[in-house]
Amino acid sequence: MSLILSAVAALAAICLVAGAILGYAAVRFRVEGDPIVEQINDLLPQTQCGQCGYPGCKPYAEAIANGDKINKCPPGGQATVQALANLLDVEAEPLDAPEGEKPRMVAYIREAECIGCTKCLQACPVDAIVGAAKQMHTVIKDECTGCDLCVEPCPVDCIDMLVVGTSVQNWKWELPLPPGQLIATDREQAA
Amino acid sequence: MALPRITSPHATGSNRTRKIMQLVLLATLPGVLVLTWLYGFGTLINILWASAVALGCEAAVLRLRRRPVGFFLRDCTAVLTAVLLALALPPYSPWWLTLVATAFAIVFGKQLFGGLGQNPFNPAMIGYVVVLVSFPVEMTNWPAPRGFEAVSPTLGLVEGLQRILGFSAGLPDAWTQATALDVLKVNKSLTIAELWAGNPAFGSVGGYGSEAVNLAFLAGGLFLLYKRVFTWHAPLGMLAALALMSLLFWNGSGSDSNGSPLFHLLSGATMLGAFFIVTDPVSGATSLRGRLIFGAGVGVLAYVIRAWGGYPDGVAFAVLLMNLAAPTIDYYTRPRTYGHSKPERGFKLGD
Amino acid sequence: MSAETKIWDFPGGIHPPQRKDLSNRTPIQQPPLSRRLTVPLSQHIGATAEPCVTVGERVLKGQKIAAGSGFVSVPVHAPTSGSVAFIGPQPYPHTSGMLSPAIVIDTDGLDEWCALAPCADFRSLEPLALLDRIRDAGISGLGGAGFPTAVKLTARPQQKIHTLVINGTECEPYITADDLLMREKATELMVGIDILAKLIEPAEVLIGIEDNKPEAIAALRAALGERTYQLRVFPAKYPSGGEKQLIQILTGREVPSGGLPADIGILCQNVGTAVAVHDAVVLGKPLIARITTLTGEALARPMNVEALLGTPVADLLAFAGLDAQKMDRLIMGGPMMGFTLPALEVPLVKTTNCLLAATRAELPPPPPALPCIRCGECALVCPASLLPQQLHFFALGAEHEQLKAYNLFDCIECGACAYVCPSTIPLVQYYRAAKADIRELEQKHQKAEHSRQRFELREERLRREEERKEEERKARAERAARAKAAPTEAAAGPGTPAAPAANEEFKRLKIEASMAQVALKKAEKQLAQHDTAALHAQVAELRAALEAAQQALAGAQADAAQSAAPPVADDAALKKAKIDAAMLRVQIRKLEKLEAPDDEQQAELTSLRERLAAVERTLAAAPSNVPAPAPRPAGEEALKKAKIDLAMKRGELKKAEKAGADEAELTRLRDALAGAEQALHAAEDASGKPAPQLVRTDKRPIDETTRTLKTTVAFARADLRKLERDANAEPAALAAARERLAEAEQKLAEQQRP
Repeated sequence: MSLILSAVAALAAICLVAGAILGYAAVRFRVEGDPIVEQINDLLPQTQCGQCGYPGCKPYAEAIANGDKINKCPPGGQATVQALANLLDVEAEPLDAPEGEKPRMVAYIREAECIGCTKCLQACPVDAIVGAAKQMHTVIKDECTGCDLCVEPCPVDCIDMLVVGTSVQNWKWELPLPPGQLIATDREQAA
Repeated sequence: MALPRITSPHATGSNRTRKIMQLVLLATLPGVLVLTWLYGFGTLINILWASAVALGCEAAVLRLRRRPVGFFLRDCTAVLTAVLLALALPPYSPWWLTLVATAFAIVFGKQLFGGLGQNPFNPAMIGYVVVLVSFPVEMTNWPAPRGFEAVSPTLGLVEGLQRILGFSAGLPDAWTQATALDVLKVNKSLTIAELWAGNPAFGSVGGYGSEAVNLAFLAGGLFLLYKRVFTWHAPLGMLAALALMSLLFWNGSGSDSNGSPLFHLLSGATMLGAFFIVTDPVSGATSLRGRLIFGAGVGVLAYVIRAWGGYPDGVAFAVLLMNLAAPTIDYYTRPRTYGHSKPERGFKLGD
Repeated sequence: MSAETKIWDFPGGIHPPQRKDLSNRTPIQQPPLSRRLTVPLSQHIGATAEPCVTVGERVLKGQKIAAGSGFVSVPVHAPTSGSVAFIGPQPYPHTSGMLSPAIVIDTDGLDEWCALAPCADFRSLEPLALLDRIRDAGISGLGGAGFPTAVKLTARPQQKIHTLVINGTECEPYITADDLLMREKATELMVGIDILAKLIEPAEVLIGIEDNKPEAIAALRAALGERTYQLRVFPAKYPSGGEKQLIQILTGREVPSGGLPADIGILCQNVGTAVAVHDAVVLGKPLIARITTLTGEALARPMNVEALLGTPVADLLAFAGLDAQKMDRLIMGGPMMGFTLPALEVPLVKTTNCLLAATRAELPPPPPALPCIRCGECALVCPASLLPQQLHFFALGAEHEQLKAYNLFDCIECGACAYVCPSTIPLVQYYRAAKADIRELEQKHQKAEHSRQRFELREERLRREEERKEEERKARAERAARAKAAPTEAAAGPGTPAAPAANEEFKRLKIEASMAQVALKKAEKQLAQHDTAALHAQVAELRAALEAAQQALAGAQADAAQSAAPPVADDAALKKAKIDAAMLRVQIRKLEKLEAPDDEQQAELTSLRERLAAVERTLAAAPSNVPAPAPRPAGEEALKKAKIDLAMKRGELKKAEKAGADEAELTRLRDALAGAEQALHAAEDASGKPAPQLVRTDKRPIDETTRTLKTTVAFARADLRKLERDANAEPAALAAARERLAEAEQKLAEQQRP
């Protein structure tokens, strides 16, 4: 009997000591703030386009941290989904976008048709459009995130979303096929 | 006229994987000849049978993996694995033994890891060890070599085939012969001189017969070195380590002696291992210093197993153990990149 | 020459077949002038040059036709005389086969030079003047990279350059351009080195050259004369001509990773660049031609030419006897680091050191790659001591962190690893793709970071604005309350009791009007969804009710304005303060006018200023009490009303359009809008106030009708586009919209015709 009692007592003592250590560690090594939101936000493309259903990238980052799906960011594409999946250690899901991944775009204002209503100025989340009332507006190409938000408000539909194409400067080699996988001409050669 | 878009460099050397494999196959020729001279057609039949099994297995798995079969079969790596395995198995070993060893080597040792270039272990050694552990009796059944006609005659082609296919129940047991390493291992009472004098398994310095085989493989290996198929680092590392270990623990000629350095260098699978197994690039270390370390590790481990382990020869186990260590060796032997003050060592982020 | 000629070695390297004797047996030749030259504006690393000529302009040989834009940029000069035929995208020597901006010159065959400014005695020039000459001559590195030379010479101004390395290595197979240049222009080369040496004043000058060019070595020895430059000859090994490798060979030192040779006090220049520097400084000639090797077995007469920049590659190859049937691959540069050209239309540029027209037998297409067997050959030949096979595995798996940890960015893409690879893996392509991917990702990340900052700043700004507005609103309310309180206290006059009552009434009307509006909106929404006659009637009714309510509200507003208009309080203190202020101002002005005020006056001025400030403060504290200086002219009131009316009409019209109202309704609304606009214009005229913004918007003043027409056109175009985008749009509606647009445009055109 006393054996059982002493065992129980020993276990209880161990529990107490371990609990005390854990409690102390929780206080002593507390992680300040909620860095996971910042980390998620860092991976989002910051277009602030709202296509995820949240009013910007930060709110979506917070939503992800609170358990929302990670595949709601069309501008980021599958790469962002993958990066988020890696960060959060969850399964990567296919991108939730009806049109699939779109290439990078910039807004372009057909200046002859602009009536200078300033509506797009107010819609732009990154202040990439310059202009004033009754003055022609124009997009600062380098600042534009291609978020689409200026297209809807334009009363005369003079904003186009243009695809940013490749040029001599940003053309790049593609990664070759993994070794051992043959393209048609290789098969002929190998045969 | 459409001009192609091809990345530089446009000039390429003449070095090809297939060519390397064929050279290595060619370099086994002296060893094959000596083995055939000593034991008859058993080795040749083994080689042919193992090659057929290897090609069959490789083709089957490639088909299952939906990879181009003809393209990969022509790189000769499967044949090389089969030949090396066949050289390591005892001549006239039963057909099913060769089949199991080869199939295991190709399917489990190589293809299941992703095929050519992806296997962490030497496939031939995997196959060898599997049958060594599973069928120890058959694996130690070495026939008596030429020169023992008194005990048992060297088998002809037909008799050899009978033996391999298992139709030769009438042949005497004395036909088999313990190897020098075996004899040395089980010796408890005789001095080395007495052993040498009393047991026909010993030749002039190494095991009878295996001296010649080892010298033949050494010749083949030197040919490959001359052809620059591999660098001297791994073989030299292994031979030097083996010699050094046997020198350090060579306690004279008493009954507890482990044999002289020369004995170890010219017995068992030493030279086959040093020039044909340890130099396998896929499962070994990549940098030069890494290869030296890798080879030395194999040499030390082989001696340890020979001297104090449970098996008479330890090259296969030593190679597999060092295969395990190869990635780590690579990590710690990274060269210093141009423009960097010191080499990056050890494990990096994301490992 | 110094006796000490220690040569170091670099790790790795390969010995591919040289094939240099194909093209180095004949002297440098002059190809015929092409009919048309295409001079790209970006033949160097850095910003694209800005054209400074116009299409049709006649240019002279050596005339600057595009100016460098920014610090890292070089100008471009006309290679010969002729007229500018085109400025814009043209074929460019690049693997992708994409276009790049260029100036096309139709040559006139006269080859007429513009005025040059030769300077025989360069030693009399200041270093800055020398540098200017080099910059203005458009010299960028002729070795292959094309970095602007003037920038390279001044890259690390704080670092003393102690060693000038002249690169005459030319380690790539086939290329002999530098070999021939050193043979034939050794004197110019030495003068060019003299100029560079004067510019940077190094302690020693090393000329590095591979031992496979005995004629060039002899020519340089002969040209050296009394100079103390050291000619260092070393055994040929690829890639000893790489800048970093050459520095290692000649000095035994290594350029730190990610740094420049200038960081260790070394500067490296190609022999071709040195000759170009000589031409620029001594002869005053800009860089308009270069020596290029034309070689390969598809050419009947491989040779070196001194060709004008912009000469089409096709012309040069034809001059060398190209057999197009035999050519399988056309490479700009050498067989190790050159790139394939997809077409022959591209021009020669400043970095083109070789054109290699290879046959299939000469450079066979790469066989399909086998998996890597880790043979380690690549690591043995890598001049940067990288682990190419590891990089290859990481690139396959897109493991960017690992790639960086294994120093991918120290790879010089020399191709030695791929050359020796027994599995014929296109290793260099892996590294290029991986590098581009990493750079792109980093740029994306930077851009995201930038956008995030801008977004946050904007949010912050909007928040501040909101706060400010809120504060202002509060202040206004407070002021209004005080204004209300003031008359009750000060005057307690008869008008006061009526005010609250009027206020009540006003409020009630306002509420009624807004409720009517809400009801109307709801009904309209329903109407848009279910189009029934009953709903139509209801909407009309509600609209009438709303109008009535709004009229009532407007009436009440006018009443309230009238009742509030009479000046309420005009206390004597305020008046006195005003007078005080005026007097003080006069005094101050008087004092300020004094030419040399003494101390006393100065003190007085200060005190007066202070007093004025105090008085003005009191004045500002009670501005609402002050009546408007003059009653607003009636015209202005009307103008405002008209403007509101117009805005409301426009809103209605838009709403109707959005709701998809029928054409009749739209026309009605449009007419109403036009009416309102007319009214507004009338009101504008009546008010006598110009419409300042409108006049300013257009560069030249246009009349009202034109403007109206323009607006109509814009709206019509927008409508049409909307319809066009709508897949279900009726063809009739589409046609109508098109017609409307055409009509509007025609009207506008008629109006604009003088």
